[in-house]
Amino acid sequence: MAPSKLHHRYDRNFDTLSHEDQKKLCNFRVMVLGLGGLGGSVCEMLARTGVGHLIVVDGDSFEASNLNRQLLSQEHLLGKSKAHSARDRIHAINSDIMVTPLEKKLTQKPGKSNLYENIKNIDLVVDCLDSIQTRFKLQDAAEKASVPIVSGAIAGVTGQVTTIFPKDKGYELIYGSRDQVPSQGIETKTGNISYCALLVAAIQSSECIKVLLNRGDILRNKLLIAELWSNTFDIMELA
Amino acid sequence: MIKIDLKLFATLSRYLPENADAYEVDENKTVEELILDIGLPSGLVKLIFINGKQQKESYLLKADDRVGLFPPVGGG
Repeated sequence: MAPSKLHHRYDRNFDTLSHEDQKKLCNFRVMVLGLGGLGGSVCEMLARTGVGHLIVVDGDSFEASNLNRQLLSQEHLLGKSKAHSARDRIHAINSDIMVTPLEKKLTQKPGKSNLYENIKNIDLVVDCLDSIQTRFKLQDAAEKASVPIVSGAIAGVTGQVTTIFPKDKGYELIYGSRDQVPSQGIETKTGNISYCALLVAAIQSSECIKVLLNRGDILRNKLLIAELWSNTFDIMELA
Repeated sequence: MIKIDLKLFATLSRYLPENADAYEVDENKTVEELILDIGLPSGLVKLIFINGKQQKESYLLKADDRVGLFPPVGGG
């Protein structure tokens, strides 16, 4: 596309996002941790909104069981790296965005986490993980690095979003003591449905932009719960 | 007896009793006792919200409380 047309890339973000906001977003570094049902869609939305540098992390490759909900998955990508597919998708949308794909599990080995090293220079982590125990490890690293987390989780047609700043209790309020949490929640029974994943990813993306621009109401010490069988949307106070 | 508005989220919804939006319980019954009464297996409930605020199992129920029980959700 000719540069003159690309110049209008963000026209329809205006004036919900000002030109000043747009410049700020260009300079942020955001890590999307986990590129499944949530993470792939978060990449898409943050890229289109104009976040300048995305670090996209997942050690897995696409499988057929991803096709029901994961936006980045396509039949011809089965067996291909999720992290590199995310980079290709983001660059197809906006070649100006800097993308750093990390094809590895950053928190795989207890006590040997390299997560801190990878997040210490970024502005925000989007938690799109599928393991409750790994979420606690992320919070440890993010606290040490003074990086906020926008966290989403899904099961069936139920989803939740919260935002955790350094020093907040965070996941302990949601999942209980880390010594007693299961690795996974009810999603092992319910599976995950595409429209719920996309809904929760959209709320996470919105929360990211608000945290980065310091605007609007943040879900800090709050849990937004969406349940789509009953069309329930609640914001609960965590204490 | 008092009436509460009881809501069970996601996989817990199969344990929802009849008249859940005006469910009758003894005043000052705890949430822990309520969970037993409706036959919810212990350990399935991860979050308890009363009138939009997180509470513990020892919370004493009051008339017109909006009670939400929520299982652990961790998928991505």
